[in-house]
Amino acid sequence: MIENNNQKYQQLEKASKTKNTIYRWILFLILAVFAAYYIAPLYVMIVTSFKTMAEIRQGNLFALPNDLNLESWYVAWNGQGFAAGDVFLKTYFWNSAKMVLPAVIISTIMGAINGYALTKWRFKGDSYIFLLFLFGTFIPYQSILLPMSRTLGFMGISNSIFGLILVHVIYGLCFTTLFCRNYYVSISDEIVKAARIDGAGFFKIFFKIMLPISAPILVVTVIWQFTQIWNDFLFGATFTFGKEAPIQVALNNMVLTSSSVKRYNVDMAAAIIAGFPTLIVYVLAGKYFIRGLTAGSVKG
Amino acid sequence: MFWLKRNLPRIVIAPSFGVIAWFVYGFIFWTIYVSFTKSKLLPQYQFWGLDQYYRLWSMPRWHIAVENLFIFTILFIILCVLIGIILAILLDQKIRAEGFLRTIYLYPMALSFIVTGTAWRWMLNPTLGLEKFAQDLGFSSFTFDWLVTPGMSIYTIVIAGVWQSSGFIMAIFLAGLRSIDDEIIKAAKIDGAGLISLYTKIILPMMRPVFMSAIVILVHLAIKSYDLVIALTAGGPGISSDMPAVFMTQMAFHRSEIGLASASAIMMFLTVSAIVVPYLYSELKREDDRK
Amino acid sequence: MANLKIIDINKNFGKTEVLKGINLDINDGEFLVLLGPSGCGKSTLLNTIAGLETSKSGEILIDNYKVNDMEPSDRDIALVFQSYALYPAMTVKKNITFSLEQRKTSKDKIEEALNRVSTLLKIKELLERKPSQLSGGQRQRVAMGRALVRDPKIFLFDEPLSNLDAKLRVEMRREIKKLHQNLKTTVVYVTHDQTEAMSLGTNIAIMNHGVIQQCDTPKNIYDYPNNIFVADFIGSPSMNLIKGKIKQENNNIFFVANEHLKESKIPLNDYKFKQKINADKKIVLGIRPEHLYVEKNSSSDCEIKVKSELAEYIGHEQIITFNYCDQQLLGKFPSTIDIIINKEYKLNLDINKISLFDEVTEERL
Repeated sequence: MIENNNQKYQQLEKASKTKNTIYRWILFLILAVFAAYYIAPLYVMIVTSFKTMAEIRQGNLFALPNDLNLESWYVAWNGQGFAAGDVFLKTYFWNSAKMVLPAVIISTIMGAINGYALTKWRFKGDSYIFLLFLFGTFIPYQSILLPMSRTLGFMGISNSIFGLILVHVIYGLCFTTLFCRNYYVSISDEIVKAARIDGAGFFKIFFKIMLPISAPILVVTVIWQFTQIWNDFLFGATFTFGKEAPIQVALNNMVLTSSSVKRYNVDMAAAIIAGFPTLIVYVLAGKYFIRGLTAGSVKG
Repeated sequence: MFWLKRNLPRIVIAPSFGVIAWFVYGFIFWTIYVSFTKSKLLPQYQFWGLDQYYRLWSMPRWHIAVENLFIFTILFIILCVLIGIILAILLDQKIRAEGFLRTIYLYPMALSFIVTGTAWRWMLNPTLGLEKFAQDLGFSSFTFDWLVTPGMSIYTIVIAGVWQSSGFIMAIFLAGLRSIDDEIIKAAKIDGAGLISLYTKIILPMMRPVFMSAIVILVHLAIKSYDLVIALTAGGPGISSDMPAVFMTQMAFHRSEIGLASASAIMMFLTVSAIVVPYLYSELKREDDRK
Repeated sequence: MANLKIIDINKNFGKTEVLKGINLDINDGEFLVLLGPSGCGKSTLLNTIAGLETSKSGEILIDNYKVNDMEPSDRDIALVFQSYALYPAMTVKKNITFSLEQRKTSKDKIEEALNRVSTLLKIKELLERKPSQLSGGQRQRVAMGRALVRDPKIFLFDEPLSNLDAKLRVEMRREIKKLHQNLKTTVVYVTHDQTEAMSLGTNIAIMNHGVIQQCDTPKNIYDYPNNIFVADFIGSPSMNLIKGKIKQENNNIFFVANEHLKESKIPLNDYKFKQKINADKKIVLGIRPEHLYVEKNSSSDCEIKVKSELAEYIGHEQIITFNYCDQQLLGKFPSTIDIIINKEYKLNLDINKISLFDEVTEERL
């Protein structure tokens, strides 16, 4: 009887072991297939950027380049060896850099102060104000595009980096305020009360007590804003043209309207250049990047 | 001095509040008003009623745009949520390479839609892209020319859009799965629930709020989708892959139809509001209930 | 060192009244405990005293000086929080000296005060650490250090021990008591823990629904509760509350729990009524579990017939649940007494220890 039972248990154990191994293999297979789906375009972009056009026409999409041909990168970056008048990215890359830096800094600082004031110094109507910011993160920008374009014109800053900075600060404000507000809500109010009793005022509490512990949310906010602004196309394409455009606009122009002969290697090199800064940020600070995405999604 | 101290928080908020009130809500009202006027190249402020909306809804092009948006949104949501859930559940099985795989699944989110569009445009290139690759492998009759086929090009936008955004849905589902009380899972296991019934009967029903957020975000992304269309198909061939966002920009900045553009923008705004307002309401109520 | 007067404080959160006409008079050196269930308004009252919240009406006087419109930092008070509220990014030393720096105190004086406080609280070796590197008890000490360093007129404590484990709580309780005995500062201390309140307070104010139910010494509150709420809230297990009526026969008055049972009479001739009572009035008789005895204790004891139902052994004593005229009656006895379950007993009830309440108004008679 006991032996019989023992045997039964051993069989059960063995069966569940094999079942588990099979499960694991299927699991890894599915995960690997998806990994291939996600990685394929990046892989194709990279290999294509190092090929010559002849290679591209002969070989297939996934084939490795014969040798590392850097010409398309030079062309994409500064138009070397290319007829004048064509688009290349150098100028626009720096346009974007000049735009991103101040826009990210200003919107993050304002968001942090707003979030702090809205959570730690509650006043009548503050929740309605927060609601305005919250809803602001959802509006389709098409509904403000026309008046914004006219306003920039009135202010004499249309088609300028400065105008774009302003636009990005304004419409980023909703997000930065939301992020910081959600973070500061989770910090004990008692700290602020203690500091008030200790004699610190609004700004002193912000700079001396809150800011030193805000690093997690500031990193998230900065990364979010950086990605959003660097990747923006709508505002750039609407409010700027020519030499003032940010990089995404330039990339699009380059791919769509450059010389009559399509140069896919140059297109791919350009796309990688345009995506490079955000990819680097993602690789270096992926944890915060994901946190930003989820902070933006779990609202309220 | 005392007054200043008491009202400092308000004073600090005031500039941001003013900016948002003017540049977001004021501008929306401006657009609403202009959509009721005859404005062409320049805005006119004489009230003209609902004419622009009649015009909008009688334009075949707008109908194509709305239909495309519908197709795109539905497929985009279904595929993103499906892939997102599957990947999240699989990654939740204590995989050793989880961090690495997650990085791969999510990196497209860091790329702009323009970069995404450029990459997929090349992948889907009918002569040199995937089609040629398959033909070289021996499938000589394989054709994959959706990008240049009217009626099919909208699906290429779905492919690229899902590629860019599904990793993100995976991330929020994974976060949702991780936040579920461990003891509930233990209890279910002791009760004899298998892996599949554990997920379908116990865990997924608990993630209703995550589904809600995911769907709202995806709808919102879909309606705003502009860059991806521009970079991948530019609305083409012809106007076969047009979308409301593309339509609006076209009318506003290329066709000098400010009134019509405003009407289409307001249609987009109303659609987003119809989904977001109830969602925010329920979210805020949930937060209130928790207090 | 100061006295604190609270005059008719009212406060609303939206439509709910959280404080309804609070009056308190706290003398110099007094240790007043605000005790009550959660949501009774005790923390709000404390925040109002601190100036962190404003009241709708009423006055707060510190040393007879009205402070209603003063900033919290100008009131010369210190507050120890439930979560300790240590500044996470600052070292212990910085945490303690922050308030002095805000007041532009000279370096020497800050050093001296820091020295004094860290010696007093035995936290000298922790000064360079960050709050996250401290244990619960250590954080508690630092929080007190931050309060003590300024030598404030009044100390406020907001449930400071509720985040500590049971053993540490008892230790810290003793230390707070010792500190108060040495420093003799005025203290207002909020808690929901009655043991803490009884052991620490020179006076206890019991609050419920934004009203002070009774403010008195711990002994008076325990022995002479003002109303049914206080009687029920204080004591563990709480006071037995038996419903019944007042009866008069000749010149004797009695309490009867059940009119049909003659032996349920409890004589009330010696009870000191606050006012005249009519016969047949519905009242509630309160008697603490420890004032029931198995053996006759004194001549004033009255015998009642009960049936034992349940025994809970808790070490040095046991709590027995009895049935008395179909009402529940708890008795607390030394563990040395053997009591058998489901058996009729005759218990002795100490007449001098009973409290009587009006069943309708719930006030003491």
